[in-house]
Amino acid sequence: MKKSLCLYFQVHQPNRLRLYRFFDIGKDSHYYDDFANRTILRRVAQKCYLPMNELLLELIKKYDGKFKVAFSISGSVLEQFERYAPEVTDSFRRLAKTGNVEFLSETYYHSLASLASPAEFKHQVLKHKAAIEHYFGVVPTTFRNTELIYSDAIGEMVYDLGFRTMLTEGAKHVLGWKSPNYVYSGALAPKLNLLLKNSSLSDDIAFRFSDRNWSDWPLTGDKYLGWVKKAAENDEIVNLFMDYETFGEHQSAQSGIFDFMRYLPEVVLKDGEFEFVTPSEATRKHKPVAVLDVPDAISWADEERDVTAWLGNELQNEAFNKLYSLSEKLALVNNEDLWADYGHLQESDHFYYMCTKFFSDGAVHKYFNPYDTPYEAFINYMNVLSDFILRVDDANSVSDANFAAPKKETAARKTGRPAAKTVKKSAPKSAGKVAEKAAKPAAAKTVKKAVPKTSSKAAVKTTKKAK
Amino acid sequence: MFGWEFPPHIAGGLGTACYGMTKGLAANGVEVLFVMPSASGDEDQSAVRIINASDVPVDTVSTTVDEFLGKVQFVHIGSNMVPYVDPQDFTTMVEEERRRQVKDFRIQYGQKYKFSGKYGSNLMEEVARYAMVGATIALQHRDEIDVIHAHDWLTYLAGIGAKQLTGKPLVVHVHATSFDRASDDRIDTRVYDLEKKGMEAADRVIAVSDLTRNIVINKYGISPDKVVTVHNAVDFSGRENLNVERGVRDKVVTFLGRVTYQKGPEYFIEAAAKVLKRCPHVRFVMAGNGDMLNRCIRHVARLGISDRFHFTGFLRGQEVQKMFALSDVYVMPSISEPFGISPLEAMQTYVPSVISKQSGCAEVLKYALKVDFWDVDAMSDAIYGLLNYPAIAALASRCGHDEVNALKWTNAASKIRKVYESVIK
Repeated sequence: MKKSLCLYFQVHQPNRLRLYRFFDIGKDSHYYDDFANRTILRRVAQKCYLPMNELLLELIKKYDGKFKVAFSISGSVLEQFERYAPEVTDSFRRLAKTGNVEFLSETYYHSLASLASPAEFKHQVLKHKAAIEHYFGVVPTTFRNTELIYSDAIGEMVYDLGFRTMLTEGAKHVLGWKSPNYVYSGALAPKLNLLLKNSSLSDDIAFRFSDRNWSDWPLTGDKYLGWVKKAAENDEIVNLFMDYETFGEHQSAQSGIFDFMRYLPEVVLKDGEFEFVTPSEATRKHKPVAVLDVPDAISWADEERDVTAWLGNELQNEAFNKLYSLSEKLALVNNEDLWADYGHLQESDHFYYMCTKFFSDGAVHKYFNPYDTPYEAFINYMNVLSDFILRVDDANSVSDANFAAPKKETAARKTGRPAAKTVKKSAPKSAGKVAEKAAKPAAAKTVKKAVPKTSSKAAVKTTKKAK
Repeated sequence: MFGWEFPPHIAGGLGTACYGMTKGLAANGVEVLFVMPSASGDEDQSAVRIINASDVPVDTVSTTVDEFLGKVQFVHIGSNMVPYVDPQDFTTMVEEERRRQVKDFRIQYGQKYKFSGKYGSNLMEEVARYAMVGATIALQHRDEIDVIHAHDWLTYLAGIGAKQLTGKPLVVHVHATSFDRASDDRIDTRVYDLEKKGMEAADRVIAVSDLTRNIVINKYGISPDKVVTVHNAVDFSGRENLNVERGVRDKVVTFLGRVTYQKGPEYFIEAAAKVLKRCPHVRFVMAGNGDMLNRCIRHVARLGISDRFHFTGFLRGQEVQKMFALSDVYVMPSISEPFGISPLEAMQTYVPSVISKQSGCAEVLKYALKVDFWDVDAMSDAIYGLLNYPAIAALASRCGHDEVNALKWTNAASKIRKVYESVIK
């Protein structure tokens, strides 16, 4: 049996917020910096998405199905493609048609919902699944959480949603002496197969490729294959997971990254020890060798490989808690705009901007950050969130009034939300004020119940770490 | 009169106070010649003649450089530390230093010096040069002036120099002291020395409040009968009240000022947390910038109230008016405030105010609620009262407005005129 090489790329762009002043609260509810979002998306599309997709398509055709990759494309960036660069969606669609590209499932808004609210998490996963099916005509069967965040509890939720394969980081503090180059299984969900990122080999491409101070610069396909073979001498599978923007954006075209990628499949296939697989093929081919215990959440970010890049200081925890404390209220309103904003405010990037770990990973943080300081990021975010809270409260009082009046059934949300539905069902058409009052706390309770201990645990843990 | 700034280009309250004061003095029949380091030409000169120190070359006295330096050379700051030397060497060194100074003087001061008039890193150097130029200007106008009036430590040296050169009496005006800028053990000793020097050289010291007067007496060792309190006033002419549409229905409690230790922002945050526990429909705003801002943001986040506690950053001109117009309660929890003009502005806009007893304006305001800055319970109590009991809010708003409108610079200036008269023999 040949050894496996699994390539997976993350495609995501956040909806960056505009400068939102205190004076705007309650007056202007447009939160996004459309100009920046458009400019950045168009730039990355030209430099990375379009040329790299073209290259991948060419390679897949050239090697006649022997070259394969996997993508996770967030709902946030899909929306932006639709708005600013529809040709990118078309180009991904062409890749999908080859059948050699696997599309992975994730949270629609690239959010941290897995750490906060199982109900919200499930909602976003289903929403994303529907979006991928809509755009690319495939149903994702492999799961990849935002920034490869994983814990035993998250694994269990993912398994319960019907996934049998999940990607995460091969974090050293979790693996210990174990090798990332095998398939593992989840501690709470034994039938969930875990593919672990080989950090060192992935980062050679994603971070070090163009670094001229790196002793191994310049990196060539042959040299790289040598490393891969050495790393997996006695192992089965090497997982190379990285941001898709690596190609052409983080590593510029001038660095030779496209040539490297053009040449790599040839070297690998000629050598014959490895073959390319998609994540779902990988777990069909390889059996898990052991159980992986991950009590605390891990991710692929920073030296720590944990979630402190998003929930590592008091600013982040405060914003995060305030945001997710709204889910209960939101479950009671039926308003597409509010739902969309709620989703966009959950994008993990907003919390990343508030990170104060400037010293060890400052360079990476700075590169992705539209704010000068985490404090500005926090103030701006909280101003936006304050306006959003006002709108949610307004919507709630309006929906109270609607219940009191003879109710006209509004079109059900396409991506139905269980809690919202229960409210509707439990409120009979002739519902008077009494029925409404009875229904509301009941609905609220179901939501509350659906938020299990894990989320608060995770929050407590991260605060502890922050200290 | 020596000042550092004058509207419209101001960084703090000093320029505003000087503007009001000069207008008041004009109304009292006192003619003012106002010297400032860097005038832009768009200052309102209806009540005052402004001399821009940046325009004045010092070459008129070049013939008597030695005499001039003999009188004012002490203003040279940044003198080098000299290690152990025997008396002989010392004399030669002093001689050399003196010759070098004369040379420097000819080179540097024989021409115009462009002051920034800001509060930058070379502030000390500007202060020294301003003293030189200021003294020269005083000498040029020796026959026109009766009294020299210097505002705050930045201009004290100019005042002293002018007094030495012209022999006219000097009044120094203390708007703030080193002790208002930092806690006791961390004051800038260079500034303290300048302040003390100025107060000692002065014939009279005017303090903006009894609070400041006490500091001058106790911390600078100035004789009490030399120190007079003249409370500041506030000039609201040319100001229209804005009608701003509110975005939030909640009541708004505002802190506006530099976010520094002296202004007590953390007590405001603590009080906010307490009030929010009782009545949720309130928002707190901290407007301003300063070295404590980031600490305050973290503090607010830790208390978990940041959806109700907002930061606006530094506000300018109209934005300040807008902020007042949006406010229901204004809070000034200063740990040490020589006077504090902002609550007067708030009250003029009909915003009831809570001020700390450790602020100078507490001595003149009857209709502001006064609490000790450290008494967070009392502060939150006062805020809560103004938010929830319409009667007291209405009273504080109406009477407060009338009260601050009665604080006229004309009255304050007449007291200043009396001080002038007491020193002109």
